[in-house]
Amino acid sequence: MANHHEKIEKNITLMAILTVVAISFGALVEITPLMFQKDTTEPVKGMRALTALEMEGRDIYIREGCNNCHSQMIRPFRAEVERYGHYSVAGESVWDHPFLWGSKRTGPDLARVGQRYSDDWHYAHLMNPRDVVPQSNMPSFKWLDEAVLDGEIIGKKFEVFNTLTKGKTHKDDAGNYIPLYSAEDIAGAKAAVEGKTEMQALIAYLQQLGTHLK
Amino acid sequence: MVMTEFWHWWVIILTSISIIGCFWIITINLTNYTHVGEGESMGHEFDGIEELNNPLPKWWTYMFYFILVWSIGYLIIMPGMGNWEGLSGWKSSHQGIVSLDESRTLSAKSIAEGEFVQLDQEIKRADEIYGPLFKSMADKPILDLAYSDGLCFEKNGEVYAETACVEDADGKRPQGMLEIEPFKVGQRLFLQNCALCHGSDARGSTGFPDLTDSDWLYGGTPEKIKETLMHGRVATGMAAWGPALGGEQGVKEVAQYVLKLAGRKVNDKMAEAGKAKFALCAACHGANGKGGVANGLATGAPNLTDNIWLYGGSTHKVEESIRNGRAGVMPAWKDVLGEDKVHVISSYVYRISHPNK
Repeated sequence: MANHHEKIEKNITLMAILTVVAISFGALVEITPLMFQKDTTEPVKGMRALTALEMEGRDIYIREGCNNCHSQMIRPFRAEVERYGHYSVAGESVWDHPFLWGSKRTGPDLARVGQRYSDDWHYAHLMNPRDVVPQSNMPSFKWLDEAVLDGEIIGKKFEVFNTLTKGKTHKDDAGNYIPLYSAEDIAGAKAAVEGKTEMQALIAYLQQLGTHLK
Repeated sequence: MVMTEFWHWWVIILTSISIIGCFWIITINLTNYTHVGEGESMGHEFDGIEELNNPLPKWWTYMFYFILVWSIGYLIIMPGMGNWEGLSGWKSSHQGIVSLDESRTLSAKSIAEGEFVQLDQEIKRADEIYGPLFKSMADKPILDLAYSDGLCFEKNGEVYAETACVEDADGKRPQGMLEIEPFKVGQRLFLQNCALCHGSDARGSTGFPDLTDSDWLYGGTPEKIKETLMHGRVATGMAAWGPALGGEQGVKEVAQYVLKLAGRKVNDKMAEAGKAKFALCAACHGANGKGGVANGLATGAPNLTDNIWLYGGSTHKVEESIRNGRAGVMPAWKDVLGEDKVHVISSYVYRISHPNK
């Protein structure tokens, strides 16, 4: 056998191609099959779509980078289940685009924070976290209380989500997929959020987190 | 999680190719095709620096082989190859569940059948250790628990069983006897779960009730405290009374009357005018203003006569409450903590509000 090694070392294109082939095995085996598993494409039984206000809240959650410090992923360990509740399951995330699982916990996990505390508490906490948790190092988000939503593109967001979740929604009795948002939902979306503050939207989003697994 | 036949074989074949490929690459990389001996010059020289044929140390290359052999063993023992569950039967948790019922059923089944589901085993083990301790506390009336000096437990085989607290000759608990103070257990649970709203000293803050005073929105008996903790409370909710009271003047007058009820110095003329309008408030606070509990109304409406204020007692704050309304929510803890722990916290809350038996 000749010294093929030398050929690869002297040809950067060939080396790049072979490198991609070598590292793609992991993804092909570990990630690709998941995209076609029933477990990861079937919503949990109690799953409902985010309301217009909650959807706006989700976008504020992303905009303010909440997911940089808060995960939404309870791992199946007793210590986590004891503190946060039932571990997260795939069927709760099927309609998430993008996933907000996060990978860092400067603050606590929020996967099941919904209904844990009252709206008033969330308001006080977001205005100034130190008011309710003296040792907290979370920034305050006061301006959310002043920023008012106009709801200009919320209807469009609903339409986008209908496309993104195609084939992963609940089915009707005849076995057809029910779109996430109906025509009325889309038409009424703007009116549902117009004039509400970003604070209200974010709290609405937080209050439904993790409440769908029943 | 069960894969279809296609994905099952997809994983197995790609994984096998990958492992065999690694064996092949390492083998050809360890074979010397250059016909140059170890440590001899490869015939390259750059600025007086010569390239020698220096292969990786042998122990290093053997590690590669070892890892590959180990991976084969791992894939036989542990799950990984498609639907192959592995000889050990190990699972981290139940995957792909769609309801809590399903989760509970699967966990019960896996424990009954002795399956090795790591999370279920961890929880089962913890329940065996801590379950009897909490059960023992939960079996006692809240009043007894609140003022208990301590409960003693001894290991009966693997699990703890309650026993009488005794002392040995040195005045200490005998070896192996575990003593717990329900008050401290309650305090720890309170700090972890309740202090976020009610404060670490349980004295609350604006909008979050002080639990150490004698003022209760839904009743302060042990039963009522536990009921509040278990199921939560959603206040009937005070409406924004501004418009119904005829605007700002009406709000100011009722505020003066409410402050008068609390025994504060007020503008008597305005308070008199406010009294007439207070009929609207009486439906929840009672005609005497003594609140829901005193009047037997499950409205959560505070007592207005005790000068204890949930949302601030300044004239400005009282007017704000009347003008915009208020509504407090206490979350339910039954599903989060379970009844046993709620029982212990109830006894803690009762004790801090009634320090003396």
